[in-house]
Amino acid sequence: MFEVAPFIPFFIAAALGLFLRGWMRAVLFIAVPVVGLANLWLLGAGGAAIEFGHYAILDFNLLLFKADKLSLLFGYLFHIAALISVIYALHVRDTLQQVASMLYAGSALGAVFAGDLLTLFIFWELLALTSVFLVWARRSGRAYVAGLRYFTLHILSGLLLLGGIIFYGQTHGTLEFGQIGLDGNVLDNPASWMIFLAFGIKCAFPFFHNWLTDAYPESTPTGTVFLSAFTTKVAVYALARAYPGTELLVYIGATMACFPIFYAVIENDLRRVLAYSLINQLGFMVVGIGIGTSLAINGAVAHAFNDVIFKGLLFMSMGAVLHVTGKINGSELGGLYKKMPKTTVLCIIGAASISAFPLFSGFVSKSMVMSAAIKNGYDWVWLILLFASAGVFHHAGIKIPYFAFFAHDAKLPAREPPVNMLIAMSIAAALCLVIGIYPQALYSLLPYEISYTPYDVTHVLTQLQLLFFSALAFVWLNLRHLYPPELPSVNLDVEWIYRRLVPDALRGLFNRLFALDNRLRSAAVGGVARLVEGVASHHRADGIMARNWLTGSMVAGVVLLLGIYLILGWL
Amino acid sequence: MSGEKQDFFDNPNNIHNMLRVFYVICALLFAADFVVHRHTEFRFEGLPGFYPIYGFVGCVILVFAAKWMRTFLMRPEDYYDKRELTDLNNDDSDGIDALSHEDTNTSVSGGHQRV
Repeated sequence: MFEVAPFIPFFIAAALGLFLRGWMRAVLFIAVPVVGLANLWLLGAGGAAIEFGHYAILDFNLLLFKADKLSLLFGYLFHIAALISVIYALHVRDTLQQVASMLYAGSALGAVFAGDLLTLFIFWELLALTSVFLVWARRSGRAYVAGLRYFTLHILSGLLLLGGIIFYGQTHGTLEFGQIGLDGNVLDNPASWMIFLAFGIKCAFPFFHNWLTDAYPESTPTGTVFLSAFTTKVAVYALARAYPGTELLVYIGATMACFPIFYAVIENDLRRVLAYSLINQLGFMVVGIGIGTSLAINGAVAHAFNDVIFKGLLFMSMGAVLHVTGKINGSELGGLYKKMPKTTVLCIIGAASISAFPLFSGFVSKSMVMSAAIKNGYDWVWLILLFASAGVFHHAGIKIPYFAFFAHDAKLPAREPPVNMLIAMSIAAALCLVIGIYPQALYSLLPYEISYTPYDVTHVLTQLQLLFFSALAFVWLNLRHLYPPELPSVNLDVEWIYRRLVPDALRGLFNRLFALDNRLRSAAVGGVARLVEGVASHHRADGIMARNWLTGSMVAGVVLLLGIYLILGWL
Repeated sequence: MSGEKQDFFDNPNNIHNMLRVFYVICALLFAADFVVHRHTEFRFEGLPGFYPIYGFVGCVILVFAAKWMRTFLMRPEDYYDKRELTDLNNDDSDGIDALSHEDTNTSVSGGHQRV
């Protein structure tokens, strides 16, 4: 094993990727995550915390690589996600995308192994900087503006983080990245609130979530797969590291789990449906972190692990549909199962996993968070999460496969996607099944030692009841034609504030300012013109100043002047 | 699932049979509540039929609420685009011409990406 920070091979591969083409680049890009994973596995095998890569900037001692079980789990996950996504994108002949995605995966690895806040900040910004190119790589006007908004929000998150770090360094005298906690109010403890908010923006907290639903569906078919894996999971890791047991997170998480499912039901762009369901899944993780017991934290990070894989699988299957048909709106798709049977089956495996069907990966991790919620007395939160579980089955488990592959046959020309896409989806599907059937493999990697058995009669029965009756609701609504049809539309969300309200307000303000400015200018010009005209009018023929003076009146004037001198002389 | 047989879902009889199997499974799952003793931790959770009813009612409410949300949230598909993309195309100073000249509709899969 080598004591090399895991991001370095990715960055080197990205640099080489600028010059390599074809199979050489393919081999290099596949080798990096495979070798990196093996190396990290050997490094982590000791079980103890590892650190290396000390360096100093100004007076701060910084640490490039620090690993414990929590960061190692995310490290393994990101290598696996990078491998799957790289294979999925092998057919892409776009150097910009290929290089940006390697840099992006490397930045995520840099962030989870950062030993101090300043190193974290550097990779935090690199994540934004590298990933925005995956959005712009679509090269459409919509992608360009969505990318700009995405980038702006992430830079804002980075600035908040930097501000928080400065305050934190002043009060604590150290920049080590560990438990921060949310004690006191904003004014007493600005550092921890600023860092919390910075993490929250990247984690798509409510009101800050629209960068995700805005930018991800605008990226390329392959770019979205990368995007869905890294950014939000780095935020989940950071929250789990710095704010475990923060009660506020329980309520934020419950909100995140709940509200996106309403949007997902009426959204037409199927990749945007998945983006909303990504927020919904993040909600489960955030609740777990907020509860903060060892079961809850384990559940949160295990769910993050599974989510990257099954959500990646769903994004890959929808990416394949978009790649092959050029369409992604539910209203334009349907009946693809005939022409894309393999993609259909793989998509259904992803859908079953996200819905937490027994024997699929979602089941073994989501139930940990749910159990933790009920064990710690969060009854209402538990009910909300249960509703969210039924809802996620409804929109991600049924809606995605149904409207893409079944429903009415749109008779689109289609075929199976390229082999590399199918291989990548198959790897992800296999992982979903392996983890679902043999959860101990994942449990042994979790940060805390626990004995948790997801497969008992109660869990399996209740989950099946919940899911089958959710499906029954879908069937009933569909047969009665009560299910909302897929309509080409835009649904207003918080983004309306900065995409419509503020621009409109600014436009109105500036229009009014320009009008006022115009009026002032024309008034001034008019005034000057009148003045000139007035002066000129006295100098024109017959004007007072242009008249000839009579000799008599001049003599009278001289007499007057002399008279005044005479008076002055007397005084 | 149905990959091997091209027209499995085209035949209404197949769908009816599948739905019948599905209804039977639902009924069995509901009945299981009265047979299997579940360990419960939450006060309503022990009621027979709690999970099936919660799942069904929850989803129906979800769909009706979402439909109702459409009445005030839904806008035409080009609601944002018609202004944002117009601004973009009028603005020549940013060197974004190359980006915006390409297709601006929703269904770009990127010709350069195809093998």
